[in-house]
Amino acid sequence: MKEVWRINDSKIILPVIAGSLPAGFPSPAADYIENSIDLNTLLISNPTATFFAQVHGDSMTGAFIHPTATHLIIDRSLAPKHRDIVVAIVLGEFTVKRYLILPQGVMLAAENPKFKPIPISEGIDAEIWGVVTYFITEAQKV
Amino acid sequence: MYALVDCNNFYASCQRVFEPRIRRLPVVVLSNNDGCIIARSNEAKDLGIKMGDLPFKMLDFLTANNVQIFSSNYTLYGDMSARVMQVIAAAAPKYEVYSIDEAFIDLQGVAINELEAFAKRLKRNILQATGLPVSVGIAPTKTLAKLANRWAKKHPETDGIHVLGTDQKVSVALQQTMVGDVWGIGRQYEQMLNRHNITTALQLSLTSESWIRKSMSVVGLRLVKELKGQSCILLEEMQPPKQNICTSRSFPEIITEKEDVRKWVMTHMASCAEKLRRQNSCASAIHVFLQTNPFRMQDKQYYRSITIPLLTPANNTPELLFYAGKALNAIYRPGYNYKKAGAMVLDLVPACERQGSLFDSVDRLRAEKLMNCIDSTNAIFGRNIVRYASQGYGERWQLRQARKSPSYTTRWQDVIKIQI
Repeated sequence: MKEVWRINDSKIILPVIAGSLPAGFPSPAADYIENSIDLNTLLISNPTATFFAQVHGDSMTGAFIHPTATHLIIDRSLAPKHRDIVVAIVLGEFTVKRYLILPQGVMLAAENPKFKPIPISEGIDAEIWGVVTYFITEAQKV
Repeated sequence: MYALVDCNNFYASCQRVFEPRIRRLPVVVLSNNDGCIIARSNEAKDLGIKMGDLPFKMLDFLTANNVQIFSSNYTLYGDMSARVMQVIAAAAPKYEVYSIDEAFIDLQGVAINELEAFAKRLKRNILQATGLPVSVGIAPTKTLAKLANRWAKKHPETDGIHVLGTDQKVSVALQQTMVGDVWGIGRQYEQMLNRHNITTALQLSLTSESWIRKSMSVVGLRLVKELKGQSCILLEEMQPPKQNICTSRSFPEIITEKEDVRKWVMTHMASCAEKLRRQNSCASAIHVFLQTNPFRMQDKQYYRSITIPLLTPANNTPELLFYAGKALNAIYRPGYNYKKAGAMVLDLVPACERQGSLFDSVDRLRAEKLMNCIDSTNAIFGRNIVRYASQGYGERWQLRQARKSPSYTTRWQDVIKIQI
């Protein structure tokens, strides 16, 4: 599908049916059609403040964020808490890191020993853009 | 009391949310077809760039000052606007979407000493959810709220919030606002008032009501009463459907051939038809116009338009295209360098109240089904995926939008890309 519909209009509906369907017979399951599953209800609690991003790079592989196969769901309305994964702006560029409140101050830490944590202190051009609430990774690419 | 919430430099701010790199750089956004500048960040305003400036005439200046230039991306602006309005809706039961980046709120029920805190909270929530900065003006009437908002924008020390809560504050704001900057005062009234030595909003508010009524009609009188703090313009929670719809555009290049002009006229008319169906209206007449470029002094000039009344009000594309074709045949003349064409639909009536004609030979039910089908297909797969042959094919019929940003919020391929 090409267009992403407005979040609150979109419905990805998978009917959940109790029982199997006998062929050539009016489905007795028809009486048991329960709710339908809308992925949005699971993944998006505040559509107004929800944005998507796609990541490239390997600094977060320890958090299962795959270098090519992951989409992030970001909620801008949340305040970041200790150990949240956040989208931040550092020196005018987006990045994704783990947000740590440590005795020595706030750090943006990678989930890959190859990368050093970035201390966020006065005078550093950095801000939190949003909190990552879910990531979706394409299993067949991992 | 009323509040006016207005996004600061809305289009430029939308671009900035998704490109942190340009947060402190001057940003301009261009009109359809990249013709002229229609939005500026504060930094761009400070450089002296004006609305309507032609980017191609000042490219060296723009590059030298590192101005970031964007084609307009209405998909993005529309989605971001809807998000802002949703935050407002969550905060206030009664509000009116006044334009893509402004909304009025009826603050009945909010105590006077809570207004400032209400505005602060709303401003913070909108910024947090969408990344967009807004200004809030609060006053006893909509006209004064507009004025308060302007004040908040002009005075950085207000932090984007200004409440005209006392008569004293109202008269200071009126004193320092020129009549031409009052909501609803156009150029002609401004000149007329200036001739009568009325230059500030305060002077206008003190002018005798009978004189205002005589020289500016009841609309002017209503406006002056609003300046005095008597609320006369109510909140319109439902936008009335548009009374006419116009689609027109300058061609990306000069066109001389009739067949090329036809494709544009047809594309514009098809777009009008789609908008008609979206607001559930039918047009009673169509209007088509065609013109050369008045700035090319060396060219012979030509402008002509024609209006064709329809026997039965209609909103189905083939019928409107048929009449648009007739209209073009009537006004097209060979031998001119054409620059612009447009299509308009007029005297709109609700689709359900359409008066049938005795001689109507169109199977309207069938046409309606077909149009529904086309509209929903195009909604999923993209505009003009299903279209009429007369609209033409090929890249040449696309808008010229050389610097368009991705539709970050409405297309999977376009979501923010982050290198980590």
